Amino acid sequence: MFGRDEKVSEFRLTAAQYFILAIFLVLAYGLWKLQVMESGYYASAAEKNRIRNVPVLAPRGKILDREGRTIVDNYPSFSALLLRDSSRDLIGDADLIAQGLHLDPNEVRARIRHFASMPQYQPIFLKEDITPDELQFIEAHRNELPELDTIMAHRRLYPRNGFMAHLIGYVGEVSEDMLNQPQFELYNSGDVVGISGVERQYNTLLMGQNGSRQALVDSHGREVGRLGETEAVPGKQLRLTVDIDLQIAAEEALAGKNGAIVAMDPRTGEILAMVSGPSFDPNDFAVHVSRDQWNKLVTDPDKPLLNKAIQAQLAPGSTFKIIMSVAGWQENIAQTLHVNCTGGAEFYGRRFGCWVKGGHGEVTLEKAIYQSCDVFFYTLAEKLGIDRIAKYATDLGLGQKTGIDLPNEVSGVMPSEEWKIKNFKQKWFAGETISVGIGQGAVAITPVQLLRAISAISMGGRMVVPHVINPTDMPPGYVEAQHVTDVRNVPIDPNGWNFITDAMSRVLLPEGTAPSAHIPGIDIAGKTGSAQIVSLATRARFKNSDDLAQNGWFVGFTPRRNPDIVVCVLFQGGEHGRLAARLATQVIKAYVDKQHRTPQKMVEKPKTDGTVDIGGLWTEPDSDGHKETLQGGRFVLALPKKSLAVAIAAPGMHQ
Amino acid sequence: MARYVSYRDFDWLLLVFVLIICALGVMEIHSATMHTKFAGAHVKQIYWVLAGVGAMFLVSLVNYQVLLDQIHWFYIAAVASLMAVLVFGQKYLGAKRWIKMPGGNHFQPSEWVKLILILAIAKYFADMRERELSWADFMKAGAIVGIPMLMVLKQPDLGTALTYLPIAAMGVFLGGLQWRQGLAVALLATIGVGAVFFIPKVHVLKSYQKQRLTSFVDPELDPQGSGYQVEQSKIAVGSGGLWGGKGSQTHGAFLPVPQTDFIFAAFSEEHGFVGALGVLLLYFIVLMRLTQNAQTAPDRAGTFVVMGVVAVLSFHILVNVGMVVGFMPVTGIPLPLMSYGGSSVLFMFLALGMVMNVRMRRFVN
Repeated sequence: MFGRDEKVSEFRLTAAQYFILAIFLVLAYGLWKLQVMESGYYASAAEKNRIRNVPVLAPRGKILDREGRTIVDNYPSFSALLLRDSSRDLIGDADLIAQGLHLDPNEVRARIRHFASMPQYQPIFLKEDITPDELQFIEAHRNELPELDTIMAHRRLYPRNGFMAHLIGYVGEVSEDMLNQPQFELYNSGDVVGISGVERQYNTLLMGQNGSRQALVDSHGREVGRLGETEAVPGKQLRLTVDIDLQIAAEEALAGKNGAIVAMDPRTGEILAMVSGPSFDPNDFAVHVSRDQWNKLVTDPDKPLLNKAIQAQLAPGSTFKIIMSVAGWQENIAQTLHVNCTGGAEFYGRRFGCWVKGGHGEVTLEKAIYQSCDVFFYTLAEKLGIDRIAKYATDLGLGQKTGIDLPNEVSGVMPSEEWKIKNFKQKWFAGETISVGIGQGAVAITPVQLLRAISAISMGGRMVVPHVINPTDMPPGYVEAQHVTDVRNVPIDPNGWNFITDAMSRVLLPEGTAPSAHIPGIDIAGKTGSAQIVSLATRARFKNSDDLAQNGWFVGFTPRRNPDIVVCVLFQGGEHGRLAARLATQVIKAYVDKQHRTPQKMVEKPKTDGTVDIGGLWTEPDSDGHKETLQGGRFVLALPKKSLAVAIAAPGMHQ
Repeated sequence: MARYVSYRDFDWLLLVFVLIICALGVMEIHSATMHTKFAGAHVKQIYWVLAGVGAMFLVSLVNYQVLLDQIHWFYIAAVASLMAVLVFGQKYLGAKRWIKMPGGNHFQPSEWVKLILILAIAKYFADMRERELSWADFMKAGAIVGIPMLMVLKQPDLGTALTYLPIAAMGVFLGGLQWRQGLAVALLATIGVGAVFFIPKVHVLKSYQKQRLTSFVDPELDPQGSGYQVEQSKIAVGSGGLWGGKGSQTHGAFLPVPQTDFIFAAFSEEHGFVGALGVLLLYFIVLMRLTQNAQTAPDRAGTFVVMGVVAVLSFHILVNVGMVVGFMPVTGIPLPLMSYGGSSVLFMFLALGMVMNVRMRRFVN
């Protein structure tokens, strides 16, 4: 019955026990060997043998102007670190540390406590971008405060006082939001990337690639050896099309004002200068922008963070009359239109006033342009109708992005019947067309759009894409900037654009709207504009408050035929276009002066008496005025006394 | 005649030693995870231990002889559950080891299969009449353990598969292994291991398993991989010295998974040779107490059940502590009762439940 009562061999059970004992003796021997016999070796191994991946940060590429002068550079910046894996009493040392680094001791203690639950090998960044005397303090206290250390990084050095800040942009740590966007998906949090402007647009070129170093660090985080290193690839230098000399002139012209100035080479679309005012100092963001500072920038009604050259959408005012003129000419209406301006006219049962209360009298297209007669263009608008106006304006790029290689360009609005139905579910009122005729109403464009449209007209319809870099400088395979060399031809009758630009060249003459902006010897063709922000009646109700003052516009180019520079000025609150015109001519003068100066470099150095001999050939009509004869002569010219300064680099650069 | 089963015959002393080991484990889990994302794991471990103790009492109530009579059904269920893992299992880090249960828990059948195998082997050898093992018996015992073992290897989980071996080994040894058979097995094992390592065409082991084993032979070859783990573990243990240190290897995150597989390294670093030897002594006491229970078991089956538990526990300790001190390769086998993890803790307490079950019935016959 009980077959199972046969017991398991006692001997074998005992053998199993001895076997287990043997196992334990072997394990105990293992412990003895490591912890007693070789404990010294392993204790020092624990101190030494830590492998840490230390990133080797790649410096960002410099940004240069078209002549290779430095605009943005890097500088070595030190940050103070508090190492927490040392056995120091950090709280006890906090007072001394705070004193040396000019910090609040309570805040230092609070941060040490805040980090108490973090892994010990993670240091605390006490202060970024420390001053030389703070660096000196850390070096001098290596023994007393071994937990203090420094780390060096390259930081961006931007020009002083917000010079060119909108075009250049700035860099910052990549945000969580940005990491979710496809163009940033390859970045890691903590990476410093371009946030705006060129820094953002060409981030992939400027950024370079961080390397890494497998460092052996001791228990205090100090390097004691290296396992291997992948070198950092520095970012590429980026040469802009901007000319610092011209940029300086534009910055000076707009100093202390609201608005924007953009200068471009109409033949290529290269941006020569771009200013937006008021500006901000991107150096404030290079380290850490305080909340107060940021809030101030964001809530400022003058919007210093906005690049108004590409992001302000405003009524173009009378500058739009050039587009009207082109439309009218192409439709064979403008060249034969005669209007008698009596200071206003009635359309669709409503009176529209001219800016000259007494009226312009008999007005043809030419006079209408240089005297900016509103009644003429009201009439032209009535005859063209909104859809024909919209067609020509759209062909010239208004109400669309220009494709400039800068981030966050806005498109503006060029109204049409279709646009109104689509956006407001309302029929277009014929009366609205009249306002559009003088660049008011729903028309809203950016300075760079206007610049491009006028540039196209000045070039006989050849429309370029504005851009800030030269695509041939780009590395092979970099396709993001290729579109900027695209050219579109807008058909304009040659007689038409010759006639219109001739009329524009009288704007700065005594009979025009901006004679005060005239510069002797420079042939500028342009158009002023003053655009209402609110209706004149509304403004009167607010007692002509300056906040509601009109925006002044000017867009012009030189020379009149085959121009090589076109400038657009938006002077917010500038009341009248002639004030904007003066700002534009300052920039044009700087450009022309530089043109005159540059060839001089090639001739022999002028003599010390301040004169130069030159020879010249020219043709002159005969006394009867029919036959032209070639004349020759030799002149001694006095050189300008004051030599004109040429910038070596952007302000604030140490080169 | 039979008397009632009473908790007076429960091995309270054994339970005390087991709980001391668990408490040391909880302390070390707390210390090792304090500054990591696993912070708070020690509280979960306490819950697992409490659940384990509860399960142990429950298991001790069901007569093990009843369980043994039904063991063929359990065995079929075990093989079926391993099959289910291979078919429906959750893939995690390249291996299918878990089945997702309703409610979000993950179930790892290969742990409880161990328990079934202990009972199955006990049943097989208890029913054997001969004093000496025949080759046929030897093969049958090998098949009982071999089938689930191959299935676990397929997951692949080399570590757990290896823990099935000592169950068979202990059974065969106590069942009457002849010295010629022992010699033959040792010879075959040597040839097998040699083939796996030195004939390149044999793909029994996955490449990472092979790498773990080769880097064990020469840790310097791969300072960042599994050789790195062994090296860091040795540094942690060695730097602990005689009395223990501040544990910079553990807290500096240089020691891999200090709360699970390398918990003994973390403990040794913080408590030194004295502390580590103390823990080994506790385990030794537990094992000796278990063997004593095996000797007083009411029947052959009871002895085999308890000795199966002894075999598994000893093997775990040998492989885990051996790994920590650099004598064994990295196989991912936890240290029973100390390492963090629900499956491991529950298995140990269920196994102890079986032991209590046997002990409480020592006077029943």
